[in-house]
Amino acid sequence: MFYHAIVFLPLLGAIIAGIASLSQQHNIAILASIAGVCLSLLLSCFAFVEIALGGQALTVEVARWIGSGDFQAHWTLRFDTLTAVMLIVVTGVSSCVHIYSVGYMSHDKARGRFMAYLSLFTFAMLMLVTADNLVQLFFGWEGVGVASYLLIGFWYHKESAHTAAMKAFVVNRVGDFGFALGIISIFALMGSVQFSDIFANAATYQSHVITVFGLSMPALELVSILLFIGAMGKSAQLGLHTWLPDAMEGPTPVSALIHAATMVTAGVFLVCRMSPVIEYAPLALDIITIVGALTAIFAATVGMTQFDIKRVIAYSTCSQLGYMFFAAGVSAYPAAMFHLTTHAFFKALLFLGAGSVIHALSDEQDLRNMGGIWRKVPVTYTMMWIGSLALAGFPFFAGFYSKDMILEAAYAAHSGPGILAFWLGCAAALLTAFYSWRLLILAFHGTPRASAEVMSHVHESPNVMTLPLVPLALGAIFSGWLGYEVFVGHDMAAFWGDAIFILPGHDALANAHHVPVWVKVLPIILAASGVILAVIAYIVMPSLPARIALLFAPIYQLFFNKWYFDELYDRIFVAPSVAFGQILWQRGDKGVIDYYGPDGLSGFVKRSSGMLTKLQSGYVYHYAFAMMIGVVVLLSWYFSGFGR
Amino acid sequence: MEFSSLTFLAALPEFILIFFALVLVLVAAFARHSDGHIKTVRTISLVGYATGFAALFLLPQGATEIFNGMFRIDGLTVYMKGLVLLGGFFACWLVGDGWGEGIDRAEFHLLVLMAILGMLLMISANDLISLYMALELQSLPLYVVAAMRTGSLKSSEAGLKYFLLGALSSGMLLYGASMIYGFSGSTGFSEIAASLTTGDISIGMTVGMVFLLSGLAFKISAAPFHMWTPDVYEGAPTPVTALFAIVPKVASITLILSVTYNALGEMAVQWQQILIALSVISMIVGATGAIMQQNIKRMLAYSSIAHMGYALAGLASGSMQGSTSVIIYMTTYVFMGAGSFAVIMTMRRDGLPVERISDLSGLSSTHPIQAAGMMVIMFSMAGIPPLAGFFAKWYVFLAAVDAGLVPLAIIGLLTSVIGAFYYLRIIRLMYFQEANAPLDKGGERQNRLVLFASLAVILLFFFFIGPVHDHASSISGALASFS
Repeated sequence: MFYHAIVFLPLLGAIIAGIASLSQQHNIAILASIAGVCLSLLLSCFAFVEIALGGQALTVEVARWIGSGDFQAHWTLRFDTLTAVMLIVVTGVSSCVHIYSVGYMSHDKARGRFMAYLSLFTFAMLMLVTADNLVQLFFGWEGVGVASYLLIGFWYHKESAHTAAMKAFVVNRVGDFGFALGIISIFALMGSVQFSDIFANAATYQSHVITVFGLSMPALELVSILLFIGAMGKSAQLGLHTWLPDAMEGPTPVSALIHAATMVTAGVFLVCRMSPVIEYAPLALDIITIVGALTAIFAATVGMTQFDIKRVIAYSTCSQLGYMFFAAGVSAYPAAMFHLTTHAFFKALLFLGAGSVIHALSDEQDLRNMGGIWRKVPVTYTMMWIGSLALAGFPFFAGFYSKDMILEAAYAAHSGPGILAFWLGCAAALLTAFYSWRLLILAFHGTPRASAEVMSHVHESPNVMTLPLVPLALGAIFSGWLGYEVFVGHDMAAFWGDAIFILPGHDALANAHHVPVWVKVLPIILAASGVILAVIAYIVMPSLPARIALLFAPIYQLFFNKWYFDELYDRIFVAPSVAFGQILWQRGDKGVIDYYGPDGLSGFVKRSSGMLTKLQSGYVYHYAFAMMIGVVVLLSWYFSGFGR
Repeated sequence: MEFSSLTFLAALPEFILIFFALVLVLVAAFARHSDGHIKTVRTISLVGYATGFAALFLLPQGATEIFNGMFRIDGLTVYMKGLVLLGGFFACWLVGDGWGEGIDRAEFHLLVLMAILGMLLMISANDLISLYMALELQSLPLYVVAAMRTGSLKSSEAGLKYFLLGALSSGMLLYGASMIYGFSGSTGFSEIAASLTTGDISIGMTVGMVFLLSGLAFKISAAPFHMWTPDVYEGAPTPVTALFAIVPKVASITLILSVTYNALGEMAVQWQQILIALSVISMIVGATGAIMQQNIKRMLAYSSIAHMGYALAGLASGSMQGSTSVIIYMTTYVFMGAGSFAVIMTMRRDGLPVERISDLSGLSSTHPIQAAGMMVIMFSMAGIPPLAGFFAKWYVFLAAVDAGLVPLAIIGLLTSVIGAFYYLRIIRLMYFQEANAPLDKGGERQNRLVLFASLAVILLFFFFIGPVHDHASSISGALASFS
């Protein structure tokens, strides 16, 4: 019951909140959803102690779900260290965001519905991380997708919001398709979707080969790549990342919870969860490393040039997810999970801080219209500093431990992709520090660029919005230091138990503790230089950025326009699809099916109805004539021999 | 002719109606034209129907023939008589106060009572002579009530047309009956059936059968013998139209059922083709003709033509399943008809009845209960599950398909799609159109009660479909073709 409650309390909260919000009982909705999530957090803490620290992985049966032939899917909750870590992250951040939302959404007429969606999301995410088989994981996966869609489009009367919601959904479909194919091929290969079966048998399928379109490839490689495609969609990796920045159209608490701390990390979680399979797929691992590294650097370059405060942080999320993936790609799954955890704290902190700034400036999101408010919002200002320090990886903040661990592991992998990831990761670290301080300086320092009226309203957010930042800030400061030993240090093996599998010989993580000193120091130097560059560019010589942008206009334009990914996709996929749809609609549906089908039939009926009405002349002799003709026709039917 | 106690008992409902008719003759003779008397007359006839209905339960079980084999009762006839008496009760009950139009005369109820008596006799007819007598007993009063609104040209026209064409159809029927008598040597159904078992079917029998069925087709307004229906439905006073729509067709369909299945069972191959032809034409004419109509009574006339087409499709299959489906179809037909007229007769503006379809617009805001009821009835007529009308059509098509008449079933499905159009149009008008000039509020109590009763049957039919089907199946076992 105890373990069931962790997962189902948020669902209960969501249902109560949903029903209450129908009759505008916002306070009930808020109380129910917060109570559900906070209780779930409390239980998760116990579970964490028992499972992760106590080393007792277990599974809890809920019900039999699908049984069709060989296909058996039980609804079982799996609790191991991987799950326990995610439980803490999900329920922890979710609780903070729930409370924060009470303040942030206080003026919204539909805040009850908002809370219900948040709780629903939390339930789906918990379903995802506690899944004991791939189908159940897929259920949670799609559940968070739906919740994300609902929340991005929460202000559905805004054109941009519902387009963004649709975009998120459609782009994720591409990834989900890969994921679904991955599940199907695993079932085809192993005859089970149960994790325990898959993990136990993975090694025996090493030599299996699947032929797809005449192309032979090792079965486990194919499966791993398909699963990774799914992960790419949800975690916004290069190529399928375009939805994430647009998702910032949702209310800020949503961005903090879903599009920074939890849902987007589902892909990383999936890769770590499937480590017993992926470990046998060296090609897939290399692909994961390269895609992750490219995403890290790509998103950082774009983040440098954006002016929307939330988009900057969104690209930074994208970039950090890239780090997590290339860590997983070099088999340093614990490092990936470590960064996932610390990142959840400081990224949620940054987003909620940004929300606070936006709130203070009367819903202004453009960095060009901010500035000069740091004295008026001291708490927010402090929180943003802490978040940025953690993000940039300054010593003794959370990001320092996890990010350095990843870079060291990449270096220690001693493989081509590993070294590539190391150098790209270092470059991204420099850019990360640069854009973080660019954001801080533009948002808080310099001369106020907002209108006088807005400036007069600038105020610190209420306690209900600032207090939830405190636990997140504590996490951003201490989680790295606290978690280092258990996540990636000496207690690693005991901590993870069987939850993560690393093939002997894939020893990047073990070697990471013995890399040259310069590898350890380089990221810190780069981060510091990033900060210095930002200070020079935006405080000492404020005219510099514009001059550089002019000097390197083509590159700047490339970065500013997000490497033209959206335009490219529009040209390659969207426009032809729309054109094809137009043809089917105008020519196929309207021109053929409607013309001859419903329209043709109704026209015919109308004409014959008119004729019948004309026959109904009202003259008795016409009627009598019809009757006689009727008899004559029926008789002649027999006499002519047809009727016999 | 001997009269025994059994004789009286078997024809008890008829005798009861005769008794009440005689009482009404006396009352009508002495009635002054005051509201009080009209109420008394109506009450007496309602009591008559109710008593007749109760008497059905006293009838001897099993098949019995009396009056030298001219009059037959069995499970089927008892069931159909029940439907007719129930329909007659509804039709008379709906005639509330203030109709005027000649309906306020005592003769109206007397005539209707006589017509219903005729229908009961039709159902029990087991001889060509008793068939014709009963048919005329039913028809003559109906000619008169159709023309009851003496002040109105339309009503007189309707009565006259109905009478003239009815006489023509009677002529056909009589001609057919004489042919059959001539070639079989008898007028009794069982004797005719016996004569058919030996030797080939003579051409004279076929001709007689065509004429006989044509005459009967007029009574159920099957196309192409339907043309009187829209004019008479529109021209007759609304309570009379309600009567036409609810009751006589039950009796006429039963008559066709007993003529084809009892007397001419051996000629199934021949009459099947006629019934198929009548059914197809009726379904098409009914469905397409209704679309352009502006008058709701006219529209319901076409709707009833289509309904008869479906019932004939069930008959045409010539199987026990077919007769079962017809019994179910007529059951739902009575209730759908009663319910829809309960709503139409509530529609008044400034105290005057209105009957244009467009007058229904906005009914949902002025008469929410009636609009909801009408919606259910229209959905049921269109054959939307899980309402009664769906099951009725379902069994008919099932019987047709099982009898190998797949094209007939397909035509039936297509025409019911077309039919759905004008049923749904009414729902659209009631719910999505603003009222142009609002109708009077309220409505009479008995209209609401009739509406509720039919709604109950239509909505709850789903739960009783099993027992109803079993009963219908067992009583159609009484037909000669299956015994």
